[in-house]
Amino acid sequence: MCGILGVQLLNGERVDRTLLNTMIGQLHHRGPDATGFYIDGPVGFAHARLSIIDLSGGHQPMHNEDQTVWITFNGEIFNYIELRNDLIQKGHRFRTQSDTEVIIHLYEEKGEDCVQYLNGQWAFAIWDKKRDKLFMSRDRLGVRPLFYSLTAGMLLFGSEIKALLAYPGLTREIDLQALDQLFTFWVTLPPRTIFKGISELPPGHSLVSERGQVTIRSYWNIDYNSSNDSMSEQEAAATLLELLTDATKIRLRSDVPVGAYLSGGLDSTVITALIKKVSVSRLKTFSISFEDKEFDESGFQQEASSFLQTDHHAVRCSTQDIGRVFPDVIWHTEKPILRTAPAPLFLLSKLVREQGYKVVLTGEGSDEMLGGYDIFKEAKIRKFWGAFPESKIRPLLLKRLYPYLENIQAQSPAYLKAFFHVRREDQLSPFFSHLPRWELTSKLKMFFSEDVKSELKGSDVYNDLRERLPSNYSKWDGFSQAQFLETMYLLPGYILSSQGDRMAMAHSVEGRFPFLDHRVVEFAARIPPALKMKVLNEKYILKQAVGNLVPESIKKRPKQPYRAPDVKSFIGGDPNVVRHEYVEELLSANRIQKDGIFNPGAVQNLLEKARKGRTIGIKDNMAFVGTLSTQLVVDQFINRTIKGRHDGTAT
Amino acid sequence: MEQQHERQLRQYVIDNFLFGQGGSDLKNEDSFTERGIVDSTGVLELVAFLEETFQVKVEDEDLIPANLDSINNLLLYLKKKQSLKKSNEFIRFEELPESA
Repeated sequence: MCGILGVQLLNGERVDRTLLNTMIGQLHHRGPDATGFYIDGPVGFAHARLSIIDLSGGHQPMHNEDQTVWITFNGEIFNYIELRNDLIQKGHRFRTQSDTEVIIHLYEEKGEDCVQYLNGQWAFAIWDKKRDKLFMSRDRLGVRPLFYSLTAGMLLFGSEIKALLAYPGLTREIDLQALDQLFTFWVTLPPRTIFKGISELPPGHSLVSERGQVTIRSYWNIDYNSSNDSMSEQEAAATLLELLTDATKIRLRSDVPVGAYLSGGLDSTVITALIKKVSVSRLKTFSISFEDKEFDESGFQQEASSFLQTDHHAVRCSTQDIGRVFPDVIWHTEKPILRTAPAPLFLLSKLVREQGYKVVLTGEGSDEMLGGYDIFKEAKIRKFWGAFPESKIRPLLLKRLYPYLENIQAQSPAYLKAFFHVRREDQLSPFFSHLPRWELTSKLKMFFSEDVKSELKGSDVYNDLRERLPSNYSKWDGFSQAQFLETMYLLPGYILSSQGDRMAMAHSVEGRFPFLDHRVVEFAARIPPALKMKVLNEKYILKQAVGNLVPESIKKRPKQPYRAPDVKSFIGGDPNVVRHEYVEELLSANRIQKDGIFNPGAVQNLLEKARKGRTIGIKDNMAFVGTLSTQLVVDQFINRTIKGRHDGTAT
Repeated sequence: MEQQHERQLRQYVIDNFLFGQGGSDLKNEDSFTERGIVDSTGVLELVAFLEETFQVKVEDEDLIPANLDSINNLLLYLKKKQSLKKSNEFIRFEELPESA
């Protein structure tokens, strides 16, 4: 796990090493163990290393036998041992024990198709000297980040945007179309990022720069077409357990100790149980507990930990903590966020690092692949209700779905109907499952300034998304469509990045995700939806698959989405909440006016409502966090005014 | 009285749900749900406001769009609620005509 960076000057000039040094300096947190450079005329690579496999031999950038193929690589190839053996049989000679070298030889053998053979999480760039070709790739699900910028005569790439922005003279501007997308879908639609001129290589894509031409192509897709209705429950459960066990086993390959996150939910408990099953060493587990009972799951964490006999450590998170670390969190997410949920994960990775750990396995991906999220259940109920819209009983299922949401409990069927979009036209939408979430989020755009609103007039974010859907999308069942939307967009754009890679790597910690092994993902896509969610029992097949490996109480507990306190982390009626100066400053009428993205009057009204402790709804909370985080992005990356936050090019 | 109620309701909706924006476009007959002005929490905020400001008790069965989904509906609802209070008569609100 590391940070990678590169420059290709298309005019043929030599890349300046000092410049590479400045840029890679921005990624020090991703790779504090070593830094390396490689320059071949107009192509320059840099690498910040976090040593995990082959601690002494795995330095990068790395080359092949005759130094004609060079790589800078971030990530892990979990099947590197098997690939290495195959390659040795084919006559390749290895100098190291690293997974990095495996990619080099596999590239020599298979060319750009090498990625088809990799089981792992990666972002890498290869310079093929003989062919004068730069080849870049990002893993199938987007676990590892890779950004690039194509500006006049130059291709820049790197693990994080801040490294690219350290290139002198690169435009620093918010992309308003991206903001429009983010304030609908919670993410920007790749390749768009929140910064104009900076793109994200979409998950499952490769980029080739050759003879002045840059081509981007997809090498992997998720397909729900082959969902096999005749697959029996026993077969599905057995195969799933077998694949998950192997996915976990190969993710324990490491030359440093590996720990696990244990949230108290089903998924991380399953992963922890599988680790215990395949490994004999004492396992350290880590979790977040909240002072606020509404969010706290420590009871379940303790239960899982004592059942699985792990050495458990928890970090206690208060509202003050979230407010305090939030500017750092946004420095790492490099994009606005609408909930504070990444902040506790930032604190958690700090704890992991302080305990001397660099690698953790977690349960990410299970909800997307096996149908765990409430949004799937909600869509199922809405569809059931939509078939008989006049029913007075069917909408009551929505109340059962959200037992922890008081505001839903209080509603009459007539209101539920209005909020949950079950009209005929809603049912015909390709985005039926996501309409309540996206429509609600879109309301936050009322806070945009008049200039931004007028700039975005006529823009249609739903169309942006429609254009990206695969041609067979309309043939899939609704459940699979909802899974696709979560897997392709929210997973890489938020869960794996803002809550995942960026929070873990902020403290040099690598996450590994057995549920995102592509064999598990591809198999899960073939499992009939009725086995993923049996009636309204989420992740039914996973519960069947793991049997008594996890405690019954964890399998039977009501699912609680991972959440953290939002507005009350910053402001509100509680006199004990420490006032954060930056909040007042960035949301002041002057600053809002000057930065130009939001409407100063609207933000003042929102602040006022928050101060009175009246921002109790999801929408107000998202508006507050979204506005504040956008202001922090502007402040840290565009204006560059926050003290101590500089990238060597600060004005 | 009704004019004063209308002003108070309008001001509340504009300040609390629209955060001061677009008030001049808001018509008395505009549906709060169709325009996305209130969400599920918004309904509860509105109830709290009615109870605090107009000293009425909003019963669970009153939580329907016909009572609360526009300034006009609110005005009618308040009127009935207050005349009820005066006459101290017991009427179940779902028995009222749909236009209420």
